[in-house]
Amino acid sequence: MISINGLHKKFGDLEVLKGIDLQVNKGQVIVVIGPSGSGKTTLLRCLNILEVPTAGSITIDEQTADFSNTVNKRTIDLLRRESAMVFQHYNLFPHMTALQNVMEGPVIVKKMSKTDARAKAEQLLNKVGLGDKLDFYPHQLSGGQQQRVGIARALALEPKVMLFDEPTSALDPELVGEVLQVMKDLANEGITMMVVTHEMRFANDVANEVIFMDQGKIIERSKPSDMFTHPKEERTRQFLNLIQS
Amino acid sequence: MAHMRKFQINGSAKMFWNNFAIDPEKMERSLDIAQSSLQPLLEGALVYTLPLSLITFVVGLILAILTALARISTVKPFQWIARFYVSAIRGTPLLVQLFILFYGLPSVGVVIDPFPAAVIGFSLNVGAYASEVIRAAILSIPKGQWEAAHMIGMSYTQTLRRVILPQATRVSIPPLSNTFISLVKDTSLGSLILVTEMFRRAQEIAATNYEFLLLYTEVAIIYWIICFFLSLIQGRLEHRFDRYVSR
Repeated sequence: MISINGLHKKFGDLEVLKGIDLQVNKGQVIVVIGPSGSGKTTLLRCLNILEVPTAGSITIDEQTADFSNTVNKRTIDLLRRESAMVFQHYNLFPHMTALQNVMEGPVIVKKMSKTDARAKAEQLLNKVGLGDKLDFYPHQLSGGQQQRVGIARALALEPKVMLFDEPTSALDPELVGEVLQVMKDLANEGITMMVVTHEMRFANDVANEVIFMDQGKIIERSKPSDMFTHPKEERTRQFLNLIQS
Repeated sequence: MAHMRKFQINGSAKMFWNNFAIDPEKMERSLDIAQSSLQPLLEGALVYTLPLSLITFVVGLILAILTALARISTVKPFQWIARFYVSAIRGTPLLVQLFILFYGLPSVGVVIDPFPAAVIGFSLNVGAYASEVIRAAILSIPKGQWEAAHMIGMSYTQTLRRVILPQATRVSIPPLSNTFISLVKDTSLGSLILVTEMFRRAQEIAATNYEFLLLYTEVAIIYWIICFFLSLIQGRLEHRFDRYVSR
């Protein structure tokens, strides 16, 4: 489903991704962990082309872009359509209701009729447990509810891959559970997911595989049980010790 | 010396009261003039001052949005043109700009009627000043909004139209109201390039009956009333656009 080859990303002189190779199969849930500055968020953002990689190629489903050459806008648009992102700070449109937020992509970008888009948005908001909050503006919702609208907005694009960038990091502790539950349900439906998170319980329960990144490279990739009980690499061990203590 | 000064002050004060209030006959004449001049003054406001303000504001706002976008754009020549335009307009007096348009250009064969000349002059002015307001408003929208819009597949123009400008509008209502209110009063400068707007009417009437204080006060009050209603409209707009913001 996802194939990343030799991916590099530089910001000026700073190389944030130093050659990432990664294959993800359909229906897999991959959790990416690592210290801050390890490049895990940048990797996710490259998949949705919110950052344009400096070199290397990305293939999602049938769409490929090779960033070692100049890539035209059309290719970027097509590749971007394969994935949808859920942001750490939700980034909902504050001037639109929950329903309008979810309808926006289908109506404006996919040119779906308003009636169809509305039905679909209602169904998705029901699915994330917000069927009674359709006409609420983001500021009238709790952080957890806003993030669930964010998930519904991403799902409305019918992506092949769902990308979650620290989706619970900005939430009050008591609101984390409701968002993780929605993500678990999606994983059980067989949606391919890449999740950057610090929620080790979630990684342990839901992920098929965990990737540990450090200093722009993938250090280790294994099943969560292996990663958390006996990591192969010293750096992984140090990181896990730090976050578990 | 002290006596002299006292006498002068007393004398001028006496003249003031004689002219203005004490004499009932004079007062009646003043009221008559105020009343009879009201119609031509309001006509000047309705036919020139307000239309000139509205047309100019709309044209100026379009100019301002384009200029703001050019300033923010990554294309260097766009930035340069926008910077030059804003610098030239803000760096020269409005009255001088109007004089160049109306009295200057004819000598190179470009003759513009008073009203269109005023529209051009004031629009260019509003465009330059408001572009800074709009630029600031656009930059105040968090980067995450652009990213979310790109994520759902919107183009640059779709993002601007659907996501950024609606939010920037809310931020710019108070400063743009300022611009509009200033503009309404600045149109009185149009009198100097022969636009028969409200202030010019007042000048013309005063020139026949010498009641300068009366007519200029009257016209000031009418400007004030117009601006008072504009402030009310501003309040209502702010309230309407605040509905999606927590407080």
